[in-house]
Amino acid sequence: MSEHEMKGGPRTFQIWRGDEAGGELVEYHLETEPGMVVLDAVLEIQREQEPDLAVRWNCKAAKCGSCSAEINGKPRLMCKTRLDHLPADEPIQVEPMRAFPPIRDLVTDVSWNYEVNKKIPPFSPRETAGEIFEIGQADTDRMSEFRKCIECFMCQDVCHILRDHRLQEKYYGPRFMVRLASLEMHPLDGVDRIDLIADQAGVGLCNITKCCTEVCPENIHITDNAIIPLKERVADERYDPLLKILRRTGRNRRDGRKKV
Amino acid sequence: MAKIDTHSYDVIVIGSGGSGLRAAIAAAEAGARTAVVCKSLLGKAHTVMAEGGMAASLGNVAPEDNWGTHFQDTMFGGKYLSNWRMAELHAREVPDRAIELEHWGAVFDRTPERKMSQRAFGGHTYNRLVHIGDRTGLELIRTLQDKTVHSGIDVFMETTVTTLIKEGDRVVGCFGFRRPTGEFISFATKALVLATGGSGRIYKITSNSQDCTGDGYHLAYAAGAEMVDMEFIQFHPTGMVYPPGVAGLLVTEAVRGEGGRLFNAKGERFMEHYDPKRMELSTRDVVARSIYTEVKEGRGSPHGGAFLDVTHLDPEYVKMRLPSMYEQFKELAGVDITKEPMQVGPTCHYFMGGIKVDADTGQTCVPGLFATGEASGGMNGANRLGGNSLGDLLVFGRRAGIGAAEVANGLEPVRLSEDAVAEAHRQAEEDLTGGHLDGAENPFKLHKELQKAMGDGVGIFRDREGLEEAIAKVEVLYGRAQAARAPSPRPDYNPGWQLCQELRNMTTVSLMIAKAALLREESRGGHSRLDFTAYDDYWAEHNIVQRGTGPDLELIPTPVLKKDDLTELVEARKLQEAAA
Ligand SMILES: Cc1cc2nc3c(=O)[nH]c(=O)nc-3n(C[C@H](O)[C@H](O)[C@H](O)COP(=O)(O)OP(=O)(O)OC[C@H]3O[C@@H](n4cnc5c(N)ncnc54)[C@H](O)[C@@H]3O)c2cc1C
Ligand code: SF4
Ligand code: SF4
Ligand code: FES
Repeated sequence: MSEHEMKGGPRTFQIWRGDEAGGELVEYHLETEPGMVVLDAVLEIQREQEPDLAVRWNCKAAKCGSCSAEINGKPRLMCKTRLDHLPADEPIQVEPMRAFPPIRDLVTDVSWNYEVNKKIPPFSPRETAGEIFEIGQADTDRMSEFRKCIECFMCQDVCHILRDHRLQEKYYGPRFMVRLASLEMHPLDGVDRIDLIADQAGVGLCNITKCCTEVCPENIHITDNAIIPLKERVADERYDPLLKILRRTGRNRRDGRKKV
Repeated sequence: MAKIDTHSYDVIVIGSGGSGLRAAIAAAEAGARTAVVCKSLLGKAHTVMAEGGMAASLGNVAPEDNWGTHFQDTMFGGKYLSNWRMAELHAREVPDRAIELEHWGAVFDRTPERKMSQRAFGGHTYNRLVHIGDRTGLELIRTLQDKTVHSGIDVFMETTVTTLIKEGDRVVGCFGFRRPTGEFISFATKALVLATGGSGRIYKITSNSQDCTGDGYHLAYAAGAEMVDMEFIQFHPTGMVYPPGVAGLLVTEAVRGEGGRLFNAKGERFMEHYDPKRMELSTRDVVARSIYTEVKEGRGSPHGGAFLDVTHLDPEYVKMRLPSMYEQFKELAGVDITKEPMQVGPTCHYFMGGIKVDADTGQTCVPGLFATGEASGGMNGANRLGGNSLGDLLVFGRRAGIGAAEVANGLEPVRLSEDAVAEAHRQAEEDLTGGHLDGAENPFKLHKELQKAMGDGVGIFRDREGLEEAIAKVEVLYGRAQAARAPSPRPDYNPGWQLCQELRNMTTVSLMIAKAALLREESRGGHSRLDFTAYDDYWAEHNIVQRGTGPDLELIPTPVLKKDDLTELVEARKLQEAAA
């Protein structure tokens, strides 16, 4: 695809309009410019046709994770999805993320995620970390993959444990497995979160379907690099006989981490 | 009259960018009951976009680096208009703030010795920018966000503040509405910190996020605070120019740092004519003006920019060192930057000016009112060096938080006058419901007109004629903005409603910029006059301070704030420059 192949022209949009009481797809027609992204089109419709069309956005640079929506049925960032990358002969459907309660139109209530985050004990350096941290680049790269997360919550949107089974009480969801993994893999972190990961966060519920990984706009290998290693750590900790003994004798189980 | 949700705190911080979160953390640590109020969701403020890094003289890569050199670089970059004390505090304290961030869980790229790595950037004598890939802002925000939610700070997300409320001389609270519901909300507070960022949205071509509508500038000004250096706006030399939807989106300076070259349509490496010594890595103001001049004189690229080329570099190297730029051009412009040149042009990026504050505490001249971050002015003078904002957010965010908490801790609880709340409520209600009335102005249309007027007359190059014309237009728009009303009266998540107040903020800010730009008859840093192309001795020693009511701005040239014990450093740098 090169710039010369970018096309504008008339396009049809079907945008979900409604609120918690219900809603429907409403059709709009728009003369589009070459290179437009879905957010451009939605904002143009807002300016020219539907001044109260509700949409959440901020950076328009794929960096803040505000503009998540389901485009032609698939979670995507509206500001990163070009119209000419979507089939030309069909209307473009734009719907809110379905796993979250609708506020209005394309805006959903993602506050649950913020509540989950509060339950995760933050980074706290272990006693031996010293004032000036020494960390290797390899460790940094490993953590950095997880810390790229822009909290678009699209992985939460597709995870069937949350979306279909509605087990929000039992599973923190892929976004927070990523967060836990970044903390777990910090070589100087001093907090033991294994019980949290296994019990409240519910890592065992994930059955590795990888749907979350497929939608991540930051290309984080959520399942392979975050969730599976977390599952392994839980297994090692809980079922390794030697560690079990150490644990009973009240010794620190792992490399300087403490329960909080 | 609809019910108003009322709250009371010791310290309210408006803004959840880097400076706001750092201020809130400091205030809470100092024992103040603290809340953050922001238009966006937590973790999504403009700061999240910052790419290159944060300048701190840790000396991990260049052991000879020290705060004095960082101070000198900042003064030189700011063309000697910076508040000396601010530049000093920043240079001295950034290293501690960077180390502290690591202790709060931030992760930065490393040196082979396993310390924080530091990269080179325009205008910094040594490798100085602490960074993680090209997403340093995200790291900063996420770290501060986690610290905030575990510091007992309440966060009111998606809440837009429309008015500050005073009792006598003192700011005692603010009023606004919650975007998801449209519910009105008021806060009584013993001290209030504005951390509302810049105002890039007054221009069509900008790298700034939707948040950046100059709300804090206007809120402070209307409350009686002074503004400083408003004529100085940084146009980043390299924004995308095509396709139209992404025009203005930032192309990081790191592209040039990694060896990217600029060409005009004739294939000339034109920086040779403007700054043969530093070429593409000249300061931002110089590169931006050079690109603009090439285009203006008919040597631009097909989409009206310059060519920025990395095709001479190894494609794998480009993908590894500039991953998000590779991705950005492939996704949004259909350009593979390892095979084709990018087209780039200047984009409105940063406001050097802002609310005038005391360097040590962030206190404005209005009791109870503090400001920090891009919302405040002084530290960057006429031009900001890349990497000097993120450190500014942390150093002065912390200081403003402590300053606010100290004031708050010495005060009895305050109350909001019912009349003041009722007036703020009336205006907000009228903005929402008055759309069908005669004379109501459509805020979306006004916004476009404002962007055009500012782009035409108060852009990268200015002259008397253009500025006067722009001022006349903006004055009219200012008047019309008072009649802006939401096109739809729905209270929940109504974008047109919010834009009504934002337009009043943006038109006021635009007037501040244009009027100061007209008064400053010289070219310096981010301010270039075609009719006064040289430095001027008088203006070399003066900042423009503004205060007033409504469109009646008083402009007061004020001597630069110096500090005796720093004279030696400044003079040494001036000599060094003269010799070079
Ligand atoms: C693309 C890009 C890259 C950059 N890269 C770098 C870099 O590498 N290094 C560097 O040092 N600097 C960089 N900068 C500059 C730097 O990011 C900004 O100057 C800085 O983030 C500003 O932070 P802040 O805390 O002052 O405000 P912001 O991050 O702008 O936050 C403002 C906050 O105020 C809130 N707010 C505003 N008005 C209201 C209101 N009325 N009611 C309630 N809340 C309100 C907003 O919602 C938001 O939360 C970059 C900027 C951009 C655009
Ligand atoms: S891999 Fe696990 S977390 Fe990801 S979508 Fe499937 S079940 Fe959910
Ligand atoms: S992990 Fe990926 S998909 Fe999930 S919230 Fe973060 S960026 Fe979005
Ligand atoms: S608006 Fe920020 S990710 Fe799309």
